[in-house]
Amino acid sequence: MLSLAGTLAFFALWTVIAMSGLVQTQFLPTPRAVLDKFVDLTGNPFVGYTLQQHLLSSFGRFASGFVLAALVGVPLGLMMGWYRWLDDAVTPLFEALRFVAPIAWVPFAALWFGTGIGGPVLIIFSGAFPPCLINAYRGARFVETRYIEAAQTLGAPNWRVICEVLLPASVPSIVAGLRIGAGLGWQSLIGAELIVASSGIGYLMVKGQSNISTSTVMAGMIAIGIVGFAVDVLLRRLEAEINRRRGR
Amino acid sequence: MRKSSLTLLLTSARRGAWIGVATVAFLCAAWYVLTTVTGAISSGRFPAPIEVWQAMKQITGQGYADARLHEHVLHSVKLVLYGFMAAIAAGVPLGLLMGFSRRAEALVNPVFLLLRPIPPLAWIPLAIVWLGLGDAAKVLIIWLAAFVPSVINSYAGVRSIEPTLFEAARTLDIRGWMLVREILVPGAAPMIFTGLRLSLQACWTTLVAGELIGAIAGLGHVLYQSSLDIFPAMILVGMIAVAVTAGVMTKMLEWVELRTMPWRRA
Repeated sequence: MLSLAGTLAFFALWTVIAMSGLVQTQFLPTPRAVLDKFVDLTGNPFVGYTLQQHLLSSFGRFASGFVLAALVGVPLGLMMGWYRWLDDAVTPLFEALRFVAPIAWVPFAALWFGTGIGGPVLIIFSGAFPPCLINAYRGARFVETRYIEAAQTLGAPNWRVICEVLLPASVPSIVAGLRIGAGLGWQSLIGAELIVASSGIGYLMVKGQSNISTSTVMAGMIAIGIVGFAVDVLLRRLEAEINRRRGR
Repeated sequence: MRKSSLTLLLTSARRGAWIGVATVAFLCAAWYVLTTVTGAISSGRFPAPIEVWQAMKQITGQGYADARLHEHVLHSVKLVLYGFMAAIAAGVPLGLLMGFSRRAEALVNPVFLLLRPIPPLAWIPLAIVWLGLGDAAKVLIIWLAAFVPSVINSYAGVRSIEPTLFEAARTLDIRGWMLVREILVPGAAPMIFTGLRLSLQACWTTLVAGELIGAIAGLGHVLYQSSLDIFPAMILVGMIAVAVTAGVMTKMLEWVELRTMPWRRA
């Protein structure tokens, strides 16, 4: 009951402030106006595309960057957990690069790829890569030694130990890493699109901002929130499903 | 026996360090050879070491993008600290209250659930519409980036305190300010600091993005200006400055964490 009251109070306060004339409605539209704008954007194109098309182009970039980060990060993390020399070689570089905010790659992304697809993919990659790598590495390092020893006693070569012992044992940790990486990658993409893009949900918001159309900006924020939430729920489901099957 | 295993450990640790140093040295050499000796990478794409050195001298000496390097760094750090401190001051008490009182939690939590999926970066256009391109908009988005994690972690921190402690407090008739000081804050402190560490990183990313979109000073502005000027060496200097500042701030927070909670030093 109180939860409902809290939500209602939030929207009521928002509506009252917006309607009271304390703030111009151009700067603070009512929740109703934002909802109308949201529906309107799904039908009428804004800066070239409808809301769904903007979302689709953002999501396409996100998916390619994220898949790339997972495909590079997870195997590299597992191998670093197995080969000591690789761990020693990569860790100093990784530690140094980790502190570079993904957004700081934007100028180089623009320089190397222009406004093409490569730039956003690079930025999503730099956001999503570290959690993928770290979690795969941790997963591989905390595998029980007796499994590895058993495999080695049976004469398994290195690559079979990695594929058949380390990988399955670290799946829960890897999936957790993928979920964190997806969140960071999605955020980094929005940032990148705010700065360099010619389509996408971030671009829609920047255009809304320069037209001082607050309702467009807020509709964009809602769309971003929904997609981010949906991706997170999907990966949580996957995580729960995997844990359930392994518990069997 | 013990001695030999110790020397083995030492040599293996030293070997690891050597491999690390060798990799970094190899990459530096490759960087030098590819850009300067053979010219396989043109300096329009990635700067040569000497250009980075010159850019570094330029920004520390005569300045770039209207200020010198330390002025840009100080400007950015100042904004992060303002927003971060304001978020702690508002978020931690609210989180503690939500953790302690079921009623406050039920009232406030749904609003957080609604706002949480929106990443801090997505607030930037709204902040610019409301407050313009000045410092106020940046402090607002930094505040937003740090506020939600500090509320959620203080809340989770209180929830992680053992119920027996609360029962003991009730038996001893401890309430009000003393309850906050003796039980809530120390019990929730580890989680609060975890939240702060995460949100400091988020604040920094958000600030750099905000400054890239529009600013008159700060490291993000250096990146923006050098990208407009197509000055790759300065872009790299800007990125290094972003990374070093982030590293130093994280270390300082860890230091504060150890000073605040000496019992966790072990």
